Amino acid sequence: MRYLVLLRGNQPAEQPPAELMDAIMKLGEEATQAGAMLDNAGLAPSAMGARVELSGGSLDIVDGPFTESKEYISYALYQVKSKEEAVEWARRFMHLHQEHWPAWEGESLVLKVFGPEDFAPPA
Amino acid sequence: MSADVHRSIEALWRIESGRLIAGLARVTGDVGAAEELAQDALVVALEQWPRTGVPPNPAGWLMTTAKNRAVDLARRRRTYQRKIVAVGRDLESRQHDGESGIDDALDDHIGDDLLRLIFTACHPSLSMESRVALTLRCLGGLSTTQIARAFLIPEQTAAQRIVRAKRTLLRNEVAFELPTRAEMDDRLAAVMEVVYLVFNEGYTATAGESWMRPELCEEALRLARILAALVPDRPEVHGFAALLEFQASRIPARTTPSGEPILLPDQDRRLWDRLLIRRGLDSLARAERLASAPTRAGAPPAALGPYCLQAAIAACHATAVRAEDTDWQRIAALYDVLRHVWSTPVVELNRAVAVARAYGPEKGLAIVDGLVADGALGGYAQLAAVRGDLLEQLERWNEAAAAFTQAAAETRNGREREVFLDRAARLT
Repeated sequence: MRYLVLLRGNQPAEQPPAELMDAIMKLGEEATQAGAMLDNAGLAPSAMGARVELSGGSLDIVDGPFTESKEYISYALYQVKSKEEAVEWARRFMHLHQEHWPAWEGESLVLKVFGPEDFAPPA
Repeated sequence: MSADVHRSIEALWRIESGRLIAGLARVTGDVGAAEELAQDALVVALEQWPRTGVPPNPAGWLMTTAKNRAVDLARRRRTYQRKIVAVGRDLESRQHDGESGIDDALDDHIGDDLLRLIFTACHPSLSMESRVALTLRCLGGLSTTQIARAFLIPEQTAAQRIVRAKRTLLRNEVAFELPTRAEMDDRLAAVMEVVYLVFNEGYTATAGESWMRPELCEEALRLARILAALVPDRPEVHGFAALLEFQASRIPARTTPSGEPILLPDQDRRLWDRLLIRRGLDSLARAERLASAPTRAGAPPAALGPYCLQAAIAACHATAVRAEDTDWQRIAALYDVLRHVWSTPVVELNRAVAVARAYGPEKGLAIVDGLVADGALGGYAQLAAVRGDLLEQLERWNEAAAAFTQAAAETRNGREREVFLDRAARLT
């Protein structure tokens, strides 16, 4: 089964410390080496994006930045056997932030991707 | 709450067990002992963590526990003495560095250790069944129960295969080491053979047989990806991973809701997993780049091996939006190369199909008739079926009907028999 992990948080003024970026890369390598990492990438600030809204029956296109909500910072798609496995990878990821950049605050959303296991008849 | 911790431990086990066993095997020199020590540590974790909570560094905890366990055992079981003394010595020297010393040492060795574990679990001196069981146990972190269920065998049988595997490794004094450069190609081939077997076990099962089966494909794919990450300089390893990614990409389209198989030309390609196709194409590109990279002076350029070629063929299907868009000429050309590095009658039959699609049924039939004359595929229903299909295209109705009738007689698959009989009936 697949889980999408979305990192969300405030966009601080300063750059993340180099040790954090190194540690994140290393964790990514570990997940790849474990055959669990399917895809991952950093997400540009919302200033470089847009939003297409549907509300009150009408479509509206709004250019970023979107200051009223947290910024999406990165995504990772994992192939795992259980939700707990995905949560563990996300926990390790957040732990690196805790270790190397404790002042920063944010969250990792762990979202299940619908797959055949959700539609198959029960065993 | 205890059920949650249980599931967390299972998840951790899946992530860490391979590395744990690999690290212990390096110290003890014995995969069997390492696997048992790892299991012991898991038992302790299952006992303690529901009470104490999951420790902040679970991998380190498991490793330390396993090693302490080993030292305990040495005090009671003299047979492990030599190995356990090694563990004890290792443990002591690490403790001088403090806990971070353990982690650093683990990290330095881990890729290497995992690779050694993979090669050892797939050692040629083991029977294929033993290799599969030991690999799934040590690298997949599967329990005996899960392995038994996956292969539809009694738990006793699965357990026996693992026990026999460990015994054989000991008896043959198989060292926990990497193959030499000269051995590397053959040993890699042995590993890929095991992984491919696991994949096909899951791939060819129809829905309803066993719920574990799709998980076998996932497990095999994971092992293929791990291998590619650990042995990144070999084109065949990336070709192999690519092949599995392509085949796995078609799984959502391969069966009807009632579990009947749907052949490639008839599959709804919108259901193909595009992420896996992209990963397959990336892996294949990597393989091709490696194969065409400049080599040391005097060394011949690396040819694309059988897995790379099969992956390239699969890529042709994967990139065809509709069946009609398939580049059959390219596929025929690839089969032409494949039969030189992997000369089997089945490859030749597949080539015949591709040649027929690319250049007309007459040309395909020539190859098929050559196979019939050879006699190597005597009794193989697909040969007769392909022959029937080509004869039908050439409007040689009676011969085509005879071929389909023969195919119906030769197949052991009930559904297939009906299809062949139906095709014969339509021609008479």
